[in-house]
Amino acid sequence: MAHIEFKGKQIEVDEDGYVANLDDWSEELAVYMAEKDGLTLTEAHWEVINFLRNYYQKYQIAPMIKILVKEIGKVMGPDKGNTKYLYELFPDGPAKQACRYAGLPKPTGCV
Amino acid sequence: MATKGKPPKPEELSKISYTPPQRNWMDIPVEFKPGMYCHATRPKYLEAVGMPFPRDWSPADADWKLPDNWKEIILQGIKERLMKYRTFHVFMDICVRCGACADKCHFFLGGGDPKNMPVLRAELLRSVYRKYFTTSGKIFGKAAGARELTEDVLKEIWYYYFQCTECRRCSLFCPYGIDQAEITIIGRELLNLLGLNLDWIMGPVANSYRTGNHLGLEPHTIKANIDFMLDDIETITGIRVETTFNRKGAEILFIGPSGDLFGVPGNYVTMGELMLFHEIGLDYTWSTMACEGGNFGFFTSMEVAKKLYYKIYSEAKRLGVKWILGGECGHQWRLMNQYADTWWGPPDFLEEPVSPITGTKFENAKGSKIVHITEFTADLIKHGKLKLDKSRNDHLKVTFHDSCNTSRAMGIFEEPRYIIKNVCNHFYEMPESTIREKTFCCGSGSGLNAGENIELRMRGGFPRANAVKYVREKFGVNMLANICAIDRAALPTLMDYWNPGVDVCGVHELLGNALVMTGEIERTLDLRGEPLPGKGGAE
Repeated sequence: MAHIEFKGKQIEVDEDGYVANLDDWSEELAVYMAEKDGLTLTEAHWEVINFLRNYYQKYQIAPMIKILVKEIGKVMGPDKGNTKYLYELFPDGPAKQACRYAGLPKPTGCV
Repeated sequence: MATKGKPPKPEELSKISYTPPQRNWMDIPVEFKPGMYCHATRPKYLEAVGMPFPRDWSPADADWKLPDNWKEIILQGIKERLMKYRTFHVFMDICVRCGACADKCHFFLGGGDPKNMPVLRAELLRSVYRKYFTTSGKIFGKAAGARELTEDVLKEIWYYYFQCTECRRCSLFCPYGIDQAEITIIGRELLNLLGLNLDWIMGPVANSYRTGNHLGLEPHTIKANIDFMLDDIETITGIRVETTFNRKGAEILFIGPSGDLFGVPGNYVTMGELMLFHEIGLDYTWSTMACEGGNFGFFTSMEVAKKLYYKIYSEAKRLGVKWILGGECGHQWRLMNQYADTWWGPPDFLEEPVSPITGTKFENAKGSKIVHITEFTADLIKHGKLKLDKSRNDHLKVTFHDSCNTSRAMGIFEEPRYIIKNVCNHFYEMPESTIREKTFCCGSGSGLNAGENIELRMRGGFPRANAVKYVREKFGVNMLANICAIDRAALPTLMDYWNPGVDVCGVHELLGNALVMTGEIERTLDLRGEPLPGKGGAE
């Protein structure tokens, strides 16, 4: 297991940088992780991250991409309800990058 | 799905040298190249299934934290399997190293590493077998192709046995019929005796053991995801399709790959299936306890595979169904067709599958009691039970990728093609040497569809992508159809890399587009929610 040093604390992450324990997550950590990727988190990013976290609380997995797209369209306006917009926000892909900032584990299997 | 780091550009990657090195292969130590191997499993996944030696370790480390008696464990493991599996013993002995398999492996073709020639990959283990289990090997050592089992040898076996997708293309060309996949399967079993599995394989195994599916979807999540798809179907067709979960007394239990309940384009396959079952009035149910056709336990050991699959039959028994209908999954069919009967014998609480719509008896499924959905749907079409509007797929020029397991392990060649030809006007075959039983692997099967080994995947998928490129340039193909969830997860990345602009879909997505449903509104959207060209949608 790898670690990232944050505020004097060792946060356990997997090899791809996903936080190992959901409880280690904080908003400051998300900001820090994004900064390391050269990304400044805007309100739009937070819409996605907060939705992912709330969804995870309820379902113990990240949402289907279709669900995420629809939700963002609902909140941010129909012109934003598409994968293209999500990729503009998270260039490495919403399923990967946004989940990582949100402190969610990555899904595995035939996906 | 997760892609960390980028592979070299296609122009770089396609510069492949097939010239073997001058030195004897035994003298060339294994080199762990980033992008060509996967992360080690986290200990918690091994613990979840009660597998041995859970610990933190990394393939890149010099010290793999092996138990002191690791060598003894491996040699004892080989001994037990030589006695238990006659095939393994025969395959260890009979290879004459003719080399017919050498250039049939997608990993060798896409990478040029001689240790990815199936003959040499097998030789990595055979050399150990000779040293400890044959008289000539014990006496003559290296001269008889034998070598000591050392930590470096163990690491070499690990590196290359997780660079084989168990696709069995090589076995088709072997004059002795040696099944290299069986050798890889045993090799991986041996590595698992020391806790040396991949994270990408053990994660799904642990999830499946807990929830009955690889992704770890819990019952309320399965229902929510399917409800979401039913909403989309209503938007597209104007029809509110109903379905049921864990309904006792249903005639049929439907089990597809859980990837189709989570990702795209798999979601569109499930939507097509839901629409089909509604239209024909099928008496079926989902199980939220066994909602996975795939079995990553099969990439771990036979015992783990059995453990995971037991749920399918126990759920069928609990719900009291007559038979099981399986979705568009790949290795499910290898297991059901070739292993299930040997493990348990035919389940006596199920009936020989008969289509309630056409009366067709699926005699090939007499033993396992599980029918592949393309057999089921092709039979419906053959009997004229479906109204289909092919023109709704006119914007697509389709080719079909035979999945390794459905084709080579079960001989499903015609059924998916029959469906596609009945729902699409534009279908084109890839070259003969790359389809049907000679199909090329997606390059990511057998649990290798992770992100960290992306170079390996793009290399392994190169021969398949090359055949797609051919039909793309010749016929303008823009859609690669398949009947496997790993394909649907892996091929989009492969196409983006080698053939940008070619999309990927399951066969029942195409069917769902063409299916004319009773009482539907005029279709202006396809199952992806995109406007249908020429159908009132945008051109």
